[in-house]
Amino acid sequence: MSTKNIMVVGVGGQGNVLASKLLGRLLMNEGFDTKVSEVHGMSQRGGSVVTYVRFGEKVYSPVIDKGQADFIVAFELLEASRWLNHLAENGQILTNTQRIDPMPVITGAMEYPENLVEKMQNAGAKVDAIDALSLAEEAGSSRAVNIVMMGRLSNYFDFSEASWNEALLSTIPERYMDMNFKAFALGKNA
Amino acid sequence: MKELLLGNAAIARGLYEAGCSVVSSYPGTPSTEITETASEYDEIYSEWAPNEKVAMEVAFGASLAGVRSFTAMKHVGLNVAADPLFTIAYTGVNAGMVIVVADDPGLHSSQNEQDSRNYAIAAKLPMLEPADSEECLSYTKYAYELSELFDVPVMIRTSTRIAHSQSIVETSDRVVPDTKEYKKDVAKYVMMPAAAKARHRIVEERLEKLRQLAEDSFLNRIEMGDTKMGIITSGASYQYVKDIFGESVSVLKLGMVNPLPIKLIQDFASRVDKLIVVEELDSIIENHCRKLYLEVTGKDVFPLVDEFSPNLIANLLGLEVNEGISMEEPLPQRPPVMCAGCPHRGMFYTLNKKGVTVLGDIGCYTLGSMAPLSAMDMTICMGASVSSLHGFNRAGGKNSVAVIGDSTFVHTGINGLIDIAYNGSDSTVIIVDNSTTGMTGHQDNPTTGYDIKGEPAGKIDLEALCKALGIQRVRVVDPYDLDQCSRVLDEEMDALEPSVIISRRPCVLLRSVSAKPPISADEDKCSGCQLCMDIGCPAISMKDNKTRIDATLCTGCKVCIQLCNFDALVSNEV
Repeated sequence: MSTKNIMVVGVGGQGNVLASKLLGRLLMNEGFDTKVSEVHGMSQRGGSVVTYVRFGEKVYSPVIDKGQADFIVAFELLEASRWLNHLAENGQILTNTQRIDPMPVITGAMEYPENLVEKMQNAGAKVDAIDALSLAEEAGSSRAVNIVMMGRLSNYFDFSEASWNEALLSTIPERYMDMNFKAFALGKNA
Repeated sequence: MKELLLGNAAIARGLYEAGCSVVSSYPGTPSTEITETASEYDEIYSEWAPNEKVAMEVAFGASLAGVRSFTAMKHVGLNVAADPLFTIAYTGVNAGMVIVVADDPGLHSSQNEQDSRNYAIAAKLPMLEPADSEECLSYTKYAYELSELFDVPVMIRTSTRIAHSQSIVETSDRVVPDTKEYKKDVAKYVMMPAAAKARHRIVEERLEKLRQLAEDSFLNRIEMGDTKMGIITSGASYQYVKDIFGESVSVLKLGMVNPLPIKLIQDFASRVDKLIVVEELDSIIENHCRKLYLEVTGKDVFPLVDEFSPNLIANLLGLEVNEGISMEEPLPQRPPVMCAGCPHRGMFYTLNKKGVTVLGDIGCYTLGSMAPLSAMDMTICMGASVSSLHGFNRAGGKNSVAVIGDSTFVHTGINGLIDIAYNGSDSTVIIVDNSTTGMTGHQDNPTTGYDIKGEPAGKIDLEALCKALGIQRVRVVDPYDLDQCSRVLDEEMDALEPSVIISRRPCVLLRSVSAKPPISADEDKCSGCQLCMDIGCPAISMKDNKTRIDATLCTGCKVCIQLCNFDALVSNEV
């Protein structure tokens, strides 16, 4: 099979690295050559963060370039829009509809753009938008947005429930497990 | 066993398997996780050293005593460690010693974009460059063999995309070689002029032997494909080239980037129609080719700056690339910001309001330069704030302070403070002490009282230290208390002698710090004056001309409350 590309994007602190660890674990267990590229350091302090996940028979580049992402999973709406140009033809965006104001919006230098889902669709993207923050809160913590979105992403693959469960069990600390399983299911079924 | 490992974790695994026993490093993105992961292996003694020079000397001492040793640093850390590096190159090692230097093309989290291959050339040391996690692991193990075979410290260069990418590795067991006997050898280890002169000859001979090794080492391999284009490359660039071209070009992948082979490159060049070098940053492989009188395409096409990507390489080699779809609307940027509740905020707000010239340093607090705090005038390198302030003030600079973090102060800021104390400078140094090394992901340091494993350890008393250096005026403030910050800052800047203000409160992200209930904004009382916006807190925004607090971000630090003249911001602390 040709290499598949998933980007996980969001705001530093939203659990981007954990989500991509989970995906990496899942894909390796499924027998794929897998690469996951993370960002550490300064951007993790509330900046725009992106993680690249690639899998297939043989993966070379650890990064995904413009026009190459089969999936963009966004934990925040503006971030989904920011990475739109990385979407491949027929690619799919999955986004949390949550809005987190960046500093230029907070200081009033710029406005947070309105109707971003529609605008992405008008640009030609397929968009699956859910209120992952509410679902995460329903599961027990606003910090579970990342896992809600992973649950959502699971709808787009044929991997078994057992595979996802194993990946969750091996990446999430035990004391948060029940809450995260709930978050995963809520995202999947929303 | 198969594992998906970060490049950095794979290097740590390589250390474990190679029987490395002593690891000493200072944190620095993108190298930090090597030492963090190494510390999880109980068989390896691991530590955070106060700076890279110390770390490298610790690693050398361990090698001298006869066990395999290691140090890792970011590219600019190698500048600090360059002094021992150049002379360890002369003495060689006893047991194997490996040094990882992690470059940051694209400056994801750095102050410059230097190419560390230049150090290997200048110090005449072998340098390996892995291109994925599997090579991170296997090259690390092989580096110890090379080190002991050639009596030389071996450098491994990574970059952000290798260090921070996970790929699949095959792990094996740890094998610890016998400890080598330490034998006194003055001619080898005491680098006085006569001995060093003799060792220099050995360095040059060794380099030539290493070059011969490079000619047919497994580290450098030719992957013949179509012969119209032949690309010489290494590291992440190799992956991009393979991604774009697959078998439609021939590739010479270099796993050893110093010294570079001659015959191998000549042979490869003779088998292809057009020779291209794809290398990030400096034109090192390209210059080598030119010295061999080879016609080569390199930096005439590719940039000397920033990191490469598959599209960039494809585009510059004349292929059409998909630029993706886009919206026409300009989107607000999302630069990194000081976290809600960050203890640095109160001090930077105060400095901004007073219009002070701030010579800054390297750490989370460098974000104090961003609007609306905008309270930083200079950032160069670790420790530069303190020494530059002294120079600034000696030259007539006024209304100025240095701001430096606790870990950075111990790293190399202390040297500048000695200069200030010794030469009696009317300078005010602010140590923003958040009890951790924040930006690199919360490592302990000599001021926190804990070691790399979180065990109780020696603790520097910063107040006592500053006084011992000869600073009479040492004040401690709580940066959450704006009045206190303002008052103490005025007093110390007015004083006609050296002074230190320790702005002390632990980082809110530390597990030991529990958040207080979020602040509430009373819409009826809020006048919409926006004074609370001046602290640039990501938890505060305006909606319909009223202050709004994001309860998921707010940590209840109460700094904003001190700015409100209308009692519209209310603490919910009981």
